This record gives sequence, structure tokens and C-alpha cells, in this order.
Amino acid sequence: MRAQYPANIRIIKLPCTGKVSEIHMLKAFESGADGVYLVGCEEGNCHFLTGNLRARKRVERVKRILEHIGIEPERLAMYNLSAGEGTRFVQYAKEMTEKIRELGPTPIKPKKQEIGTERFEVQ
Amino acid sequence: MTTESRLQKLLEKGEFVVTSECGPPRGVNPDIIRKKGELLKDTVDAVNVTDNQTSVVRMSSISSCILLKQLGMDPIMQMVTRDRNQIAIQSDIIGAAAHGINNILCLSGDHQHFGDHPKAKNVYDLDSVQLIQTVRHMRDEGKFLGGDDLDGVPKLFIGAAANPFADPFEVRVPRLAKKIAAGVEFIQTQCIYNLDKFEKWMEGVRERGLHKKVHILAGVTPFKSVGMAKYMKNRVPGMDVPDAMVERMQSVEKEKQPEEGITICVETIKRLKEIDGVHGIHIMAIEWEEKVPEIAERAGLLPRPKL
Amino acid sequence: MVIGEGKPIEEVLSMISDKKKILVVGCRGCVTVCSAGGEKEVSILSSAIRLAREKEGNPIEIREETIERQCDNEYVEELRGYIDEYDAVLSMACGVGVQFLAERYRKIPIYPALNTTFIGGTLEQGVWVERCQACGNCILDKTGGICPVARCSKSLMNGPCGGSSNGKCEINPEIDCVWQLIYDRLKELGTLEIFEEVVPIKDWSTSRDGGPRRIDREDLKL
Repeated sequence: MRAQYPANIRIIKLPCTGKVSEIHMLKAFESGADGVYLVGCEEGNCHFLTGNLRARKRVERVKRILEHIGIEPERLAMYNLSAGEGTRFVQYAKEMTEKIRELGPTPIKPKKQEIGTERFEVQ
Repeated sequence: MTTESRLQKLLEKGEFVVTSECGPPRGVNPDIIRKKGELLKDTVDAVNVTDNQTSVVRMSSISSCILLKQLGMDPIMQMVTRDRNQIAIQSDIIGAAAHGINNILCLSGDHQHFGDHPKAKNVYDLDSVQLIQTVRHMRDEGKFLGGDDLDGVPKLFIGAAANPFADPFEVRVPRLAKKIAAGVEFIQTQCIYNLDKFEKWMEGVRERGLHKKVHILAGVTPFKSVGMAKYMKNRVPGMDVPDAMVERMQSVEKEKQPEEGITICVETIKRLKEIDGVHGIHIMAIEWEEKVPEIAERAGLLPRPKL
Repeated sequence: MVIGEGKPIEEVLSMISDKKKILVVGCRGCVTVCSAGGEKEVSILSSAIRLAREKEGNPIEIREETIERQCDNEYVEELRGYIDEYDAVLSMACGVGVQFLAERYRKIPIYPALNTTFIGGTLEQGVWVERCQACGNCILDKTGGICPVARCSKSLMNGPCGGSSNGKCEINPEIDCVWQLIYDRLKELGTLEIFEEVVPIKDWSTSRDGGPRRIDREDLKL
């Protein structure tokens, strides 16, 4: 399927959303991301059984942290879909982009961050 | 030991006794307690004064008892272990005795969570069973818990509470046995609505001969409204209100409900009088003390014997 | 183990509001097990603090470290080389760790990032419960291995009280009535006669009431 999704989205591929830790989400914001979102399998259909459920809980935790430090929790989101749903993927991308446009740019100045041995560079 | 307690003397003569209860004021006005005392004076043989009941701060039981003594009554000082350590407890016991108070009811007390000072420190240096032992020890051995001799002993008639309706049921008779082993002399039960359950408890009590070792006073409380009946059924732990009783209150129109509540109370008392091992009634009409004379009258409990 | 939980971040931020450079120290002991102050929690808290301070235009520099335990001077010593470079230290250990750091490094304010709550164990992932009050005189042999000092809201020795309802404590339906548990256990063990013995007044002087406690093992001291 060839479908266009907004160019402002940087995709980081992982074997499962369960691999995403709270620190990854926070570091993304520290690096200057205006928004961060996870896309995982439908709940109940996680390839690794509970990875997406753990991710959901971690997303909720970071949203609470953001709220307490005065950053809009809507800047972080998690979506679920099944592997073949290309159109839905695009829909989520557009939805998130629109939401972030409304919220405006992040109040955080971008920084290069090191996370363990991996380096994520975000413009 | 025989004390100066009017309640003890009547019980030992085999009289069926009547006690009631009053809550002290939330301020410094002594007339509030005096008025309640006057209402109950000729209706009861002894009156309990609660001790910061439900963890809500009120005038202390010991000072309220002194006020009632001054009216010529024989108060029962309630003492909870929630607020005082063993030093303060022994101190208040001898203080009470010095003022001529003859009766004490030993309780653990409702947790401070329920009251208006939930942030307070929790004492419970002793529990109710150990408090009974303490009074007994001071009175009969003439010693403080620490071992020193007392200069004159507190002659107090020792009571405690029993709740046949709390869980687990199988432990309620052994608990009474425990309090008796600790030295309790009279018991006031939690208010009774479920007479079948109470009778079952009394069977267990009689089976072990406990009714001969302690004087049991059965507690009653009249319903003011169906709202109160429902509240007590659903929101008060350790309270057993049968559905039939709530329905009975519900079936009566609002203005007639207080009257119905009193009628139920009177009927309950009449049934309780017939139970072997019950030596008296404890009427708890919380903030409705003015109805106690009527209840006692209709239940055939008046006039009270003179000593 | 000692269980703690993170203080609200607003409280932590106000402790360090005038500091420019801090050291956040975690502990690989109890607080790692209860997910409150281990290496992972150090990184999350540090990141959150940086974001909060960046947002208010008052950036902060943070060094993140986690040591084996903060309740043993041999590990606390490991911070000696660089701790002086910082305006303050946020300890993510229990109250013991915070105090050990404070005793050793007297010139720097040491702040607690956790509220140390109780001595307990893990019931299931994410759930920790209180089991011990450190009363200094264990009576678990008499109560079927279940502690009334820690688990009875009134610490009764001769429970249950009249507020026990359906096996739950009257102050909170989520709290088990421990005397119900003790009764059931003694019944299972066939030793219900213990239940009727009057338990004498506890000697509270072995617990905190008698003053701060200390153990000196002469056979172990060098």
C-alpha cells in the first residue's frame, strides 16, 4: 500500500511497544519533540501477549508526570491497530499531527540525548 | 470485692437493672450534661458517660461523671485505650475513684479514623482485655502495673462491652470468656435488633456457664426513622439489623416513625427480659435521651428500686 | 524489605528550586525491588526534573548515579570523589540512606526523593503490603505467623474488636481483619486454645517507644 502520512513524523521501529520504557518517552521530549506517540497491536492481539498492555500503562504514567510538571499530557499518546491497517496508521498520524499543531510547539529547547548505548537524534 | 456501686448492689440482690448512656458536650458548658442527668436520674440505676465516642472530641468522661455524681447519680465511666497510655490510664483510674466514681466500662475505642481528628496518634498501649486486668490488679492486688503499692485502692465495679453481632461469630463467646478470665464483672452488649442471633449467642454463653460468672446487660437503641435503621444496617460495622425491621419502619409514614421505633424497642426489651442469663437492659438513645423514661415505663421497668 | 514511594514531583522540585547542579543517587537495595528508587527510577525522575526546569527557563544540570546500598558506609564512600561538585543531592533511597549520606557528607544538603512508608513484602507485581512494625519482640509464634502489631489497626493483643466485619477491618474494607486471619490460621493449625489465653500487656520499650535502637555485636566488631 502506498499512502502518504505527514512528513513531520519520525518513526522509530521496535519489535513491540512493550520495548518502550518511560525514559524513552521522556528523553524524546527532552530532545525537543513536540509530540510523541506509540502505535501498537490491538489489545488482546499483541504478538508478545502483553507488551502493548505494559506500554499503555507506561504511557499513562508518563502522561501523569507531564501533567505534574506543566507539560500538556496530550503531547503523548498511544494508538492500537493491526499490522495490515495502513489507512488507520495514516489516520492516526494525521490526528496526532493536528493535535500537536493545536497545542503549539514544545516549551522545551531541543538537546542531543544519549540513552545507554543508543543515540536518538531528533531535529 | 463489693464496691459502693449501686449497680453492683442491685445486681447482687438479683434485681433486673436498667442503665442508659449520655454523651458529653462538645464544649465547656456543664449544664448540658446536668440536663441529661436530670432526665435519666429516676429512670435508670446507673448511667454511662461515653469517652470521646467515635473518636470525636467531647468533654472527658471523668469530668462529666463528676458532674453527674454531684447530682446524686451513680455514673459508669467509660474509658477507651485509644487515647491514653498505661500511665495516664492508671492516673485517671485513681482520679475517678478519688471523686467517688464507682463503675468503669473498659473499651478499646473506635479508631481515630472515624472521628474529627483522623491525624492523631494512635495509642492503644493496652487493649480492652488488658484494661480490665489493670483495674482488677489495682483494685484487688493494690499495686500499679509497674509493681509499686497503691496508697489506697480504686474500688470500681468493672464492666466491658460485648458484641454478639461482629464477625467472626464463633469467636464472640470465647471473647466473652476471655474478658471474664481477665476479671470483668458486668457486660453491656451492642444494641440488639436481631433477637435470634442474640439468643444463639446466649445459648453459647449459657453452655459454658458464663452467665453465672458475669452480669449481662442487653443493649437496645430505638430507631428515630427508617433512615436511621438503614444507616445502622448498612454503615455501622458490627451491627445486625434484620430486613424485616427496616421494612417495618419503612411501612409507617414519616411522622409516625419515631413512635414505631420506640414500640420496636419496647417489644425487644420485653423479649430480652425473658432470656435466661440477661440481668438487665442498657438503653442507648443517642441524642434522644428524653425518650428513655417513656421506653422504661412502657417496657415495665419502672419504678426503679431504692436501696 | 523497606518500602517507599516517590514523593510528589512538585515537592521534590520545590526542595531543589534554587539549585543549579544536583546529584541524584539511587539504591540497588529495597527501593529497586519496590520500583521506587533504583536506577530506572533515577533516570525517570532526573528526566522529569530537567523537563520541568527547562520549561520554566531555569535549567538544571543533573548527574545520575546508583550505588549498591546507601545504608552501608563502604558504598556511600564511593561518592566521595565528585559529590562536592554539586549544590545538593537527591537521594532516592529510604530514610536510612538519606541519613547515611547526610552523616557522611556534611557540607551538602541531602534531600529525600521518597517517602519511606513501611516494612513489607511484594504481594504481586506493583503491590506491596505492610507486615512488620519492628516492635523488637516478635510474637509470631503465638499468632500463627500473622502479626497483630503491624496488621491490626489498633495493634490489639486480644482481638478482634467489635468492628470486625466479614473478615475486614472497620476502618477500611480493603484491610483484612488480622484477628480473623489469626483465628482462621490457629484453627487450621489445630491450636485454637491459644486464642483464649489472655495476652498480657506488651512491653513497648523494645520498640521505638523506648527510644532509638541499636545493636552492638561484640563478637563481630573488629
